Amino acid sequence: MAVKLEIPTALRQFAGKQASVEFNAATVGDALKQLTGIYADLRKHLYTDDGRIRSFVNIYVNDEDIRYLQKENTPIKDGDTISIVPSIAGGANL
Amino acid sequence: MPIVTGTPAVPEMGRTLSKQEIQRYSRHLIMPEVGMEGQLKLAKAKVLMIGAGGLGAPLGLYLAAAGVGRLGIVDFDVVDYTNLQRQITFSTSDVGRPKIQAAKERLAAMNPEIRIDTYETRLTSSNALDLFRDYDVVVDGTDNFPTRYLVNDACVLLGKPNVYGSIFRFEGQTTVFNYPAGPCYRCLYPEPPPPGLVPSCAEGGVLGVLPGIVGSLQAMETIKLILGIGEPLAGRLLLFDALAMRFRELRLRKNPSCPVCGDHPTIRELIDYEEFCGIRGEEVIPVNTGIPEITPRELKTRLDRGDDIFILDVREPHEYQICNLNGHLIPLGDLPRRAGELDSSREIVAHCRSGKRSADAVEFLRQAGFRKIWNLKGGILAWSDEVDPSVPKY
Repeated sequence: MAVKLEIPTALRQFAGKQASVEFNAATVGDALKQLTGIYADLRKHLYTDDGRIRSFVNIYVNDEDIRYLQKENTPIKDGDTISIVPSIAGGANL
Repeated sequence: MPIVTGTPAVPEMGRTLSKQEIQRYSRHLIMPEVGMEGQLKLAKAKVLMIGAGGLGAPLGLYLAAAGVGRLGIVDFDVVDYTNLQRQITFSTSDVGRPKIQAAKERLAAMNPEIRIDTYETRLTSSNALDLFRDYDVVVDGTDNFPTRYLVNDACVLLGKPNVYGSIFRFEGQTTVFNYPAGPCYRCLYPEPPPPGLVPSCAEGGVLGVLPGIVGSLQAMETIKLILGIGEPLAGRLLLFDALAMRFRELRLRKNPSCPVCGDHPTIRELIDYEEFCGIRGEEVIPVNTGIPEITPRELKTRLDRGDDIFILDVREPHEYQICNLNGHLIPLGDLPRRAGELDSSREIVAHCRSGKRSADAVEFLRQAGFRKIWNLKGGILAWSDEVDPSVPKY
């Protein structure tokens, strides 16, 4: 299924500066695996060492958070959009 | 549902708009959605702004202009020259003054009819609940994760809506948390990123007008809540991509297992948010202990003496254009790939802007076997301060 993956500003530097990429994928997990397969630097920003999606990064299929769907097993339909939405806070030097 | 507690549908006896107010707010009054009734709701409303910076600037200006009767502003910071690129409440002559003072002056000059209370304090677990209690709506215009979680939790515990906005570079997010008893910040992001993983505005930069747009959206949502009109962003996360000039909406759901607003909350009082965000125990100084350092003065002395020192600059190309020490440029992110360009038999001093990235570079290279490598303490900023003031600071 053809899916468009939107890359947030904060991660574009690790995805060849692209704002979005397109894949054929059956599930969200499949699409993300292809993404981190091509852009290995993205992996540590999206996944913990034990392979779980980081808790400050949310993944949406169209407008729904995959935590409320089937998580990484959420199936993709043709024309769906996957959005990666990390937590941002602007401002301060921590 | 209007947010102002205890407001009757009919204006109270004794509080009407003065002739000046009617003239001032005429463009509100002639709209059926606002009218006298709506303007009086604004007059009775109490809004607390957390942060008088990039988001707080347009927010404060529009809330004051709209006639929000009581505005509270919380900020302990001082106006800095680098703020002027986006914090439009301030003038150049305000540099060095406390932000709340400069903001209050500007807002009061625009609208002397409203009450402005300022709190020149850091928001903490010990003062947040008392500060928030008196207000109807809290607007989160802060710039760091611990404070965002603090604001969120305090709002949930007190039952106040939290008008949230955040930005990074060219992107913004905005929504209304906890209204009415809707999803909260933790429902969206249960945990913050570990420190250092997400760059801040100082490191990542921000297009000045971006917080202007997001802060204005927050002002809009706040006014809608007070008036009880339109559809608030509760349950929707609005994403803004300034480069593509696109808005997108994502659905925000309440998490039944949310520790603070869920069915069985485990957080019933404010916690240590620095610890929660992993900052406790991390010193604010940019250099890790154990990383060998050299100060700018020491480096200058050695260079003047004719010592053969290789300067490694680990900043980005666009920073090199601003100013440089003629170093060999390998951006930090490229270092693993390009470390082969470095001769480990030479003495190497690594630098960046402030000494943080170069500390990471030195750490990395030491682990790769480099022994004659030092971090320039304080980076090119310190070089400008201590050795050569003609080098611009940015």
